Amino acid sequence: MEWMVWTTPTLVFFPVIAAILAGMTVWEIASPSIERRGFLPIATTRGDRLFIGLLSAAYLHLMVVGFTPLSIWMALAASILWMLVLMRWG
Amino acid sequence: MTKVRNNHAWWLILPMLLLVAFSAIIPLMTVVNYSVQDVFDANTRFFTGTEWFREMLNDPALQAAVLRQFAFSLTVLAIEVPLGIGIALLMPKKGWQASAVLILVTMPLLIPWNVVGSIWQIFTRGDIGLMGWSLRELGYGYNITASPVDAWATIILMDVWHWTPLIALLCYSGLRSIPDAYYQAARIDRASQWSVFRYIQLPKLTNVLVIGVLLRFMHSFMIYAEPFVLTGGGPGSSTTFLSQSLTTMAIGQQDLGPSAAFSLIYFLIILLVSWVFYTAIMNMQKDKPDGGV
Amino acid sequence: MGESEMTDSTSNSPAADARRRRQARPVTRQWRKRALMATYIVFVLLPVYWLLNMSFQSNTEILGGLTLWPEDFTLEHYAKIFTDANWYMGYVNSITYVAMNMAISIVVALPAAYAFSRYQFIGDKHLFFWLLTNLMAPPAVFLLPYFQLYYTVGLFDTHVAVALAHCLFNIPLAVWILEGFMSGVPKEIDETAFIDGYSFPRFFVRIFVPMISSGIGVTLFFLFMFSWVELLLASTLTATNAQPIASVMTQTKGASGIDWGTLAAAGALTILPGIVVVYFVRNHIAKGFALGRT
Repeated sequence: MEWMVWTTPTLVFFPVIAAILAGMTVWEIASPSIERRGFLPIATTRGDRLFIGLLSAAYLHLMVVGFTPLSIWMALAASILWMLVLMRWG
Repeated sequence: MTKVRNNHAWWLILPMLLLVAFSAIIPLMTVVNYSVQDVFDANTRFFTGTEWFREMLNDPALQAAVLRQFAFSLTVLAIEVPLGIGIALLMPKKGWQASAVLILVTMPLLIPWNVVGSIWQIFTRGDIGLMGWSLRELGYGYNITASPVDAWATIILMDVWHWTPLIALLCYSGLRSIPDAYYQAARIDRASQWSVFRYIQLPKLTNVLVIGVLLRFMHSFMIYAEPFVLTGGGPGSSTTFLSQSLTTMAIGQQDLGPSAAFSLIYFLIILLVSWVFYTAIMNMQKDKPDGGV
Repeated sequence: MGESEMTDSTSNSPAADARRRRQARPVTRQWRKRALMATYIVFVLLPVYWLLNMSFQSNTEILGGLTLWPEDFTLEHYAKIFTDANWYMGYVNSITYVAMNMAISIVVALPAAYAFSRYQFIGDKHLFFWLLTNLMAPPAVFLLPYFQLYYTVGLFDTHVAVALAHCLFNIPLAVWILEGFMSGVPKEIDETAFIDGYSFPRFFVRIFVPMISSGIGVTLFFLFMFSWVELLLASTLTATNAQPIASVMTQTKGASGIDWGTLAAAGALTILPGIVVVYFVRNHIAKGFALGRT
């Protein structure tokens, strides 16, 4: 795995994503999600909202890193907050 | 069709999943790793954090390439979709003519992409190419190595030549699935040709057209070999699209870090656009009684 | 058409005149359709004709001036390709990895497509979307890690490397097309077979696969098409042993300029396999382009 040139942040990042996916699977088995309409314009399941959350978080990080002097941790905090809102009311 | 809930279906997916994961997930993780470092080789590398992303997002050449890419993709869609529908309406439906036309129309899709570039390079050269020579004889100073307008027009013409068949074939199959009774009813009602198209044919085509637009958008968004062979991205960088900028950076200059960051940005654009299309397709199929995937 | 029109046409009222004109119109419309179709076919064929034209001319004739057909007909460029191992091995290499890719893709895609078409399971929609993103991903994004990956596992410059790399977009494509065809097969067939005591593998191979054989044919055609036309990955993952014809063609740029005749002949030969393959699936291909769902 040497050629994959791992670093600590990425070595943390991927297991976190994997854990989220695993957690969602367990949750889904425990109580299957029902499609519903929240503040988003389309009906979504839990998994859809997770995907929308992750994708928008990625764009948010890019915007913060590319075009503002803000720290990336601000983007991370905002993303987590947004993710919670989305999962609950989206 | 109603589907059975059965999580054992995962076993049927597994072999495919492992293979695609090997070709997609491992490389993608590597790209992420590259993007946060300055890599010389496996042992000589420095952590750079978000530096490459900042640099790539603010690089004027790349910003220009992104805009150029969108301009190109939207232009070819605007030409190929109506043209493809038109050709599908013209294609004969029965007999040997139908087969012959089908094979001829499909042909451009089966030519290796760099050969498509070569064909058009030969065809458009001012000295030995039929089109280039003819245009010059007609008094137009056609020159794709000097004039960005000529280069753009030629690349768009090449793409129309290459990919309109895809839309045409999609629509052709959509049209063939319309029962004859519909046309007979229209004939009895004395419906004009336009209303037959508007109220019978077009609704049947929406489904295939969404797939067509999705495929065409994605393929035009990753266009590489054809313009690379035809114009080499020039004159200047007027026909350098995203894939070519990326390949030059990655292979030509061996800048692993920046090109990896660029790859991820490129990938995120694709991801967003294909998600929007996919959601649209799925919602359309949901409205129909037989459901979708 | 209708009986009323036949009686109408015997009278001489202005309305009947108008109707007669309208009846005459379909014939002119037919001709206009044919003329437009012919124009498009000419547009498709002209660049290809020019390529063929060049491939039968000697290089002196090509560079000497524009000739609309080969005046000095020669097969020297084709002879060169068929006698030079460097050239014809390019075709052999391309066909080898395309065939390997088709075999791998169809074998893993068949059960997966069946699962998608018949069952609901956790994460099915997201998995399907993830597959599609791989179909949409630009090969350029994966270029560098592929090079590293296949170099590390010792597959660099082999046919397997290219065949596996092309799985990235070909497996998702195969799943997508096959799923469409399989959804068209009624589920009662599966159920009856299981009641009759068929095991799943036996049912799948003996009953189900023959039922969607036209779908499989069309899928194979598409696998062929996308693996055959791809250049970027194929040329990056190979050096000499498995070099595809597309990258051999770049060698025509010599010290004395481009060898146009050989380039044209090589290009013309790359079109042939596609035409042969499309001939076999011509009756189903239109449905295949719609991914089995029209």
